Amino acid sequence: MSTPVLKVSDLTVEFWVDGTWYPAAVNVDFELSAGQTLAIVGESGSGKSTVALAIMSLLASNARVTGSVKVKDQEVLGAATTMLQKYRGKEVAYIFQEPMTALNPVYTIGFQIIETLRNHFDMSPHEARIRAIELITMVEIPYPERSVDKYPHQLSGGQRQRAMIAQALACDPALLIADEPTTALDVTVQAEILDLMRGLRTRLNSGILLITHDMGVVADMADNIMVMQNGNTVEQGTSDQIFNRPTHPYTQQLLASVPKLGSTKMRLLEPTQAAKQPVLKLSNVTIEYPKHGRIPAFVAVEDFTLEIYPGEIVGLVGESGSGKTTVGRASIGLLPIKSGRLEVVGQDISGASQKDLRTIRQSTGIVFQDPASSLNPRLPIGESIGEPLFLAKIAKDKELDKRVEDLLASVELPRSYRNRYPHELSGGQRQRVGIARALALTPQILIADEPTSALDVSVQARFLELLQELQEQLKFACLFISHDLGVVDILAHRIAVMQNGKLVEVGARDEILKHPKDPYTQRLIGAVPVPDPAEQKLRREARLAAK
Amino acid sequence: MSIFSRKAKVSQEQADTDIFNKETEGLSQGQIVRKRFFRHRGAMVSLLVLFSLVIFVFSTLGFKIFGIGFRGWWKYQITDIPSLRTDGCSVELPGCPTLDLLPGKNFGLGDHPFGQDDLGRDYFALVMRGAERSIEVTVVIGLVAGFMGTVIGAIAGFYRGWVDAILMRLNDFIITIPTIIIAAVIGFHFGNKGVLFLAIFIGLFIWGGLSRLVRGEFLTLREREFVDAARVAGASNRRIIFKHILPNAIGVIIVSITLLMSSAILLEAALSYLGFGVVAPDVSLGLLISQYQDSFMTRPWLFWYPGLLIILIALCINFIGDGMRDAFDPRQRRRISRKDRAAERHQVVKK
Repeated sequence: MSTPVLKVSDLTVEFWVDGTWYPAAVNVDFELSAGQTLAIVGESGSGKSTVALAIMSLLASNARVTGSVKVKDQEVLGAATTMLQKYRGKEVAYIFQEPMTALNPVYTIGFQIIETLRNHFDMSPHEARIRAIELITMVEIPYPERSVDKYPHQLSGGQRQRAMIAQALACDPALLIADEPTTALDVTVQAEILDLMRGLRTRLNSGILLITHDMGVVADMADNIMVMQNGNTVEQGTSDQIFNRPTHPYTQQLLASVPKLGSTKMRLLEPTQAAKQPVLKLSNVTIEYPKHGRIPAFVAVEDFTLEIYPGEIVGLVGESGSGKTTVGRASIGLLPIKSGRLEVVGQDISGASQKDLRTIRQSTGIVFQDPASSLNPRLPIGESIGEPLFLAKIAKDKELDKRVEDLLASVELPRSYRNRYPHELSGGQRQRVGIARALALTPQILIADEPTSALDVSVQARFLELLQELQEQLKFACLFISHDLGVVDILAHRIAVMQNGKLVEVGARDEILKHPKDPYTQRLIGAVPVPDPAEQKLRREARLAAK
Repeated sequence: MSIFSRKAKVSQEQADTDIFNKETEGLSQGQIVRKRFFRHRGAMVSLLVLFSLVIFVFSTLGFKIFGIGFRGWWKYQITDIPSLRTDGCSVELPGCPTLDLLPGKNFGLGDHPFGQDDLGRDYFALVMRGAERSIEVTVVIGLVAGFMGTVIGAIAGFYRGWVDAILMRLNDFIITIPTIIIAAVIGFHFGNKGVLFLAIFIGLFIWGGLSRLVRGEFLTLREREFVDAARVAGASNRRIIFKHILPNAIGVIIVSITLLMSSAILLEAALSYLGFGVVAPDVSLGLLISQYQDSFMTRPWLFWYPGLLIILIALCINFIGDGMRDAFDPRQRRRISRKDRAAERHQVVKK
């Protein structure tokens, strides 16, 4: 640990927008030694990616960078392009968030790795290919000999991220920058990728700069942590210091907002409710996406049985592609079911037409995953919220105005917001509008489809609190779909686990989280990183031992 | 109702804004769009110019509606053939314009403000009649083709399946037949029914491109989540098409309708030139230009004045279209004054 791999001092990045300099990162200072991992943590807009891009000298042309960035004692800022080209990829490698967009879709992954190799080393195509296969073997993509000639779309999400890591590692870089490397991945895949990165760090002895918003990932990987907020460094220290003895209020707040598995008390159901009729009843439901041209029919959900009782929140968890969203959409009649029986509020909608469905619309509501696309961009939000009331002919004109105001107040938005368009609101505010609209008709059942996945943790925490408050008041039943077990843990009374379109396990919350019976559920829970370095280490070892 | 009467936790900040809140009434999408349109300076000026132009043009020679005739204020009709003016013009070019906007003894419209054509007919009267016909043709073609293209494209894109297949094959059929030939046939058979009839027919045959564009927009927009959200709210298909999807596609629609209207002027000129459009003694702006394009070097006023009017009409239509598009698009921010912007910037930097 004589000279640090990366030494950033007094780095300030500003962007020229509409005639002024807006600071994106201010006086950032840190050092990273070989074999160490430094995590930069912060919410969206805190400037963490800006710092990473500044190190690579990849910022947009309207940026002004001052300070110094030294990689192995060599100044990077203001260096000539030819020098930068040699240094990028060879000394510093970058892993992007979204492998599908970062890999070129028209070339094979082998070609892209070979390209990197031959750019930096004097290698024959044949040698480069052998080295590429070696790298692919190292990142544990199955059948490396064959996978080398595959295109990005032929690989799964996790394999793509592995391919990108292989490309990044091609020249044994001294510094690896990973910008949200696992955000787009499922928890079990995330755990594997993190294991892989940890293994490589010890094997190659390179420094890793990890940029993430996920405190669990940080706890799993980082030796040192830097917390950023609005472009400023808020706190810096070792992993142990930050997690166990945070000094800055922002860090404390950030840590408090992270949902922790098994930390909340079980919320009890009122005993009378068990005897009531279920609000939503799915029995042996199969949902199929019909065949489309040459693409064969795809069974998304098979033989699914679930009942939801009034006033109950059921969490539906599973990895991407497990069919949880499909179940949610079918439950309110947005998708037809192929077989089985689906009852909403005591009414069978298995073979209902659009017209028949209109009767159940008043007792159902849905909050979509991405509020940016689920609110009509050309409709002021007041009208979006009032639409269900207007269409159900419950309220009109003045009366409708009043109801919209009340709804906005109930989700804690100022009334003046009703003439605003969705793009004028922040992500959290938009999602509140989504809830207000879903609750406009005081539905008996609310489907919440990953409503927090687009939100920052502190916003998410506030949002979940609000949802809980509303639920306690209005007593609606809720099917809460999420991939985040921590979030489900906070809200749900019962949890249902899905895998590949099938229901794996369903039971009371504590039963599922503490004593999962099904091996898949066990694997899923074991893979969730816990925002506590010591505990996460134990969990990781337990998981590896179980393999 | 009582469920929602719970007040939001009133923080100090919110208490401050509450006073402000009382002033804000809920506005519908239509109201906001209208307000924004009226605030668009370019569009309002153009609307005013177009409106006064229409009044000026139509009142010059008079017109007939439902058998009731209105006399115009201009002394000549297009059929009058006064003698060619020679005084004040060079010898080889009789009938030069008398319009003089410079202060002096000749200031004013004069006898023949736009001059006379080779026969001695008053060119001002001809241009005004031409403008009448051109405005009629443009507006009618724009309305008919815009309506057809939007509705057919919307229905095809929204319902897909066999509805789409049938409508789009019809569309293929319409696109493949050259417009000029259809128009020539119509003009040949029904030319005596007047220019409006022709315009309606042309409108029925040039919506092909527009409907393709609208269909494409609808195909992408119908998959967006807000359509599902509207359906969950209980919206009917008709409401989803017209209230939710159409305003999102309005940019494409307006741009192509304004282009369509500009090209309608040219199409009408081409037809008239071939003798299938506006028939003599009636005139249109396009016809005037194509008739007198040879005179450009010798008697340029025969070319300038109708040209000027075409440009003016097309510009106005484009500006109005622009204003409408901006009014529908919430991302188009109202201009903030430089002072406000400076203050705002100051705050941002401070934060």
